Amino acid sequence: MSDILLEVKNLKQYFPVRSNGKKVPLKAVDDVSFTINKGETLGLVGESGCGKTTVGRSILQLYKPTAGEVYFDGELVTDKNINQMRKKMQMVFQDPYSSLDPRMTVEDIIGEPLDVHKLYSNKKERREKILELMNYVGLNAEHATRYAHEFSGGQRQRIGIARALAVDPQFIVCDEPVSALDVSIQAQVINMFEDLQKKLGVAYLFIAHDLLVVHHISKRIAVMYLGKIVEIAEADDLNENPQHPYTQSLLSAVPIPDPDITRSRKRIILEGDVPSPLNTPSGCAFRTRCKYATEKCAMECPSLTDRGNGHFVACWNK
Amino acid sequence: MDDKFPKKNILSTQIDLSKFEPATDDEKRQQDVMSESTTFFKDGMRRLMKNPLAVLSIIILGIILLTIVFAPMFVPYDYDEMIKVNGKKDKSCNNLAPFTYSENEMAYMEKTGEKLFPHIFGTDELGRDYFVRVIYGTRISLLVGVFASIIVLIIGMLYGSISGYFGGKVDLIMMRIVDIIYSLPDMLIIILLSVVLNQIITFKPGSLLSELGTNMISIFIVFGMLYWVSMARLIRGQILSIKENEYILAARSIGAKPGRIIGKHILPNCLSVIIISTALQVPSAIFTESYLSFIGLGVKAPMPSLGSLANAARNGLEFYPYKLIFPAIVICLIVLSLNLLGDGLRDAFDPKLKR
Repeated sequence: MSDILLEVKNLKQYFPVRSNGKKVPLKAVDDVSFTINKGETLGLVGESGCGKTTVGRSILQLYKPTAGEVYFDGELVTDKNINQMRKKMQMVFQDPYSSLDPRMTVEDIIGEPLDVHKLYSNKKERREKILELMNYVGLNAEHATRYAHEFSGGQRQRIGIARALAVDPQFIVCDEPVSALDVSIQAQVINMFEDLQKKLGVAYLFIAHDLLVVHHISKRIAVMYLGKIVEIAEADDLNENPQHPYTQSLLSAVPIPDPDITRSRKRIILEGDVPSPLNTPSGCAFRTRCKYATEKCAMECPSLTDRGNGHFVACWNK
Repeated sequence: MDDKFPKKNILSTQIDLSKFEPATDDEKRQQDVMSESTTFFKDGMRRLMKNPLAVLSIIILGIILLTIVFAPMFVPYDYDEMIKVNGKKDKSCNNLAPFTYSENEMAYMEKTGEKLFPHIFGTDELGRDYFVRVIYGTRISLLVGVFASIIVLIIGMLYGSISGYFGGKVDLIMMRIVDIIYSLPDMLIIILLSVVLNQIITFKPGSLLSELGTNMISIFIVFGMLYWVSMARLIRGQILSIKENEYILAARSIGAKPGRIIGKHILPNCLSVIIISTALQVPSAIFTESYLSFIGLGVKAPMPSLGSLANAARNGLEFYPYKLIFPAIVICLIVLSLNLLGDGLRDAFDPKLKR
């Protein structure tokens, strides 16, 4: 299994929260496991607050995981080697407006990872590297001395991507990199992600809430609900044959630009609200909103089981 | 265009092709000209220069600075020297009014035909030139103000940024220490310190510190010990809000160490607040020095400061009111223009107040 790049095993991330004077763990991520191969894109979807971003940040040890391990290239990621690991794992942030320091020029923003890891021997080499990176993401050399606020959202996101690429990483966590951009720019940025993957062979964990975007860019897709992964499958397989009732309802909500199909298909509308992550239901987290829920669902939490073709589903119903 | 196309009917919908010529390279270039890149600093300075009050206070401060630096070179009197005429001490030139000469001086000028330098602000009760004394007093007051602010700035910045960045228990303990220091009475400590320091410190004679006296040292120490707390609180608050920004998280994900994050990301982003509060700290330090000198805890005689000059002028207030007026005006001008400048800086550099 040498082509596995990143392996996440039983990752748990609980945040202590004070509620009614008692300390209660907020289970943002609860026992999540998945793998990402070299040069592959894993899409991670789910509704707001289900823990997608927390998964990404916990992998990079920006939050210290409560439990579980992350293996990168077969090596366990710990506090001690995380600074070395950060040369290989990087992150692109959601909001291109707040993720760039307003007091730094583009050159300094992109050059910061180079400075931190001392990846150049002189000023000239630093500048050349920065210009090369800017070229990768489609920025002109004359933009180098400008400040972030002088750019549009799409350009800012390109700066953020160039910063992530500066250390020549093998893996990038893309935390909703396009959701703050408008649709025409989204397409540009997503195509750029794909081009970079072809050129540089980086693997992505692509976090998003837009199923169409994720389906377009990902090889495999994982669906999260309330801190747990409920289904992982190949992108096309998941799209055509969703097994988990939550995935089915998500997919039924995706708009399709064809009035005939839209009229004929039935939308699965979920009832009730997402339970509070402070007080998750027993057994399967989704059972409170699932129309197929049985007594077994309340007793035991289903684990991800293979239903063939690498299609994993966490549901008791077949 | 008329020769290429037949003249068309007014009601015709035929399109006039001459209006759809491709743009020339020059015209295309007009589209992608970006405005001159302005740094945050340039932008702020431009806004500062539009504020008439701030410009006026810069001019006033500039004049005062030039005067206190260069005037002692032209005025032939010294701040602790009693005026001598022809090498002899002139007893008649005590308490002269501005721009007047004593009898001895007039006699001397008539005899030799030489013109003596006028006493611009008159003289004091010991026959010392008052203009020079006010200038030296201003020097001392400004020096104290600036130095005290720098001490406050350095300690407050270090303390506040550490407390704000690390948060949690570190923050809790450090802020309780600040609360304790806040509750200490500063006046009492200045008096106690100057009494104690008088006993234990001896200066090399002739050095600047020995001329300033132990009271000044204790004022500096008190500024260093007590007055940084509000600066530390201010900076801590700034850092608490700035560190929630995503670019701090981005810097952490790159692998930057806390020192780098504080120095390169957080402090530059609260620089405007730091500059402003330092500019406002200077007048308050000058004011503190002035009132301490006024009640006799300031610089050691014969070195003047604006506060001690005002205090000395109290004795002959009915007869020589100008002796109070001159130092008082200088204090007012400095404090007022520094405050206005600080306000102008805040308006120019605080992005939240941008109009």
